[in-house]
Amino acid sequence: MSDLKIEGYEFKPGYRGMAEDTGSAQTMFKGVHWGKAMMWIFLLSDTFIFSCFLISYMKGRGSTPVEWPNPSEVFALHVGGVDVPLLLIAIMTFVLITSSGTMALAVKYGYEKNRKMCGWLILATAIGGLTFVGMQAFEWSKLIHEGVRPWENPFGAKQFGSFFFMITGFHGTHVSIGVIFLFIYAYKTFAGHYDERKRGWFTSIKGDYVEIEILGLYWHFVDLVWVFIFAFFYLW
Amino acid sequence: MEETKKQEQTTTHKIGIYLWIWGLLFVLSFFSYMVDWFQFQGLLRWTLILIFMFLKAGLIMAFFMHLFWERYALVNVLLWPMTAIACFIFLMVAEFQYTLFTRLFYFFIGG
Repeated sequence: MSDLKIEGYEFKPGYRGMAEDTGSAQTMFKGVHWGKAMMWIFLLSDTFIFSCFLISYMKGRGSTPVEWPNPSEVFALHVGGVDVPLLLIAIMTFVLITSSGTMALAVKYGYEKNRKMCGWLILATAIGGLTFVGMQAFEWSKLIHEGVRPWENPFGAKQFGSFFFMITGFHGTHVSIGVIFLFIYAYKTFAGHYDERKRGWFTSIKGDYVEIEILGLYWHFVDLVWVFIFAFFYLW
Repeated sequence: MEETKKQEQTTTHKIGIYLWIWGLLFVLSFFSYMVDWFQFQGLLRWTLILIFMFLKAGLIMAFFMHLFWERYALVNVLLWPMTAIACFIFLMVAEFQYTLFTRLFYFFIGG
C-alpha cells in the first residue's frame, strides 16, 4: 500500500500525522494509493446525492396532508396464508450484509496474498449482489403489478411511488454496477493480475491488491446506503 | 522490501474481528426488523430505528471500511462534511412543517 517513491517519508499516527498530512508539501495523504483517496472522495460525493434523495423524501412525506402508505403492509409478502411484514426487505438486508462480510474478508485475504480465497470471496460477494438485484426486480414488478406508479398508487399519498422508484432505483443501479465490477475483479484475481503486478486496462499503473480494497470500499458503501434506506423508507 | 513487510502487518487484521462485526450486523439487522415485527409505534419506534441504524452504519464504516485504523486526515475529511447534511436536514424539517401548515390552512380552512 505504501508508495515507495516518496523517500524519507514516515507516517505519524494521530493528530500529529493529520497536521503533517494537511500541511504537507506537494501532496496530501502521502503513501495512500491515489485510487483509494479518489474512491473516498467519490463516496463522499455519493453520500451527498443519497442524502439529497432521502431528505427530499423526508420533505415530501412530511409535507403531505394525505396519509402515507404503511410500508409494513405495502411490502408484506403473502407466505403460507399469512401476510409477513417486510419479509422480502428483511431477506434483502441479510443478503447485502452477508455480501458485505464476504467482501471484507476478500480484502483481508487479498492483503495476505491468498489469491484463491480472495477470488472465491469476491465471487461470493458478486453472487450476493446479484441475488439482491434479483429480489429488487421481483419487488418492483410486484408493486408495479399492484398499480404503484411514480404519479399514483392505491395505498395513499401519491408521492410514495416516485420516492420509492427513485431511491431504490438509484441504489439498485449502484448495486448492479458493483456486481459488474465484482465479476471483473474476481476474474482479475483468479487470473493472477495482482500477484504478477500486471497493469490494468487503460492504465500504466501496475496491479496491486489495494484495488480489492478500493472495490471493497465501494461495496461497503452500497451496503451502508441500504442501512439508511431500510431505516427511513421501509421501517419509519 | 523491508518496508512493504511492515505495511502488510498494519493493513491486515485478525479474521476474528471481521466475524464479530459481521455477527453484530446480523443481530442489529434482526433487532431493527423486530421493531417492525412487534409494531412499536411513536417515539419508541423512531429512537430504536435510529439507534440500530447508526450502530450498523458506524460498524460498517469503522471496521469494514477500515476508518477505525485510517489516518486522521482522511477520517476528518470524510466526516466533517456530514455536518452540512445535518444542517440541511434541520432546514428541510422547518420547510416541510411550514408547507404542511400552509396546505392544511388553505386546503381545509380556506384562505
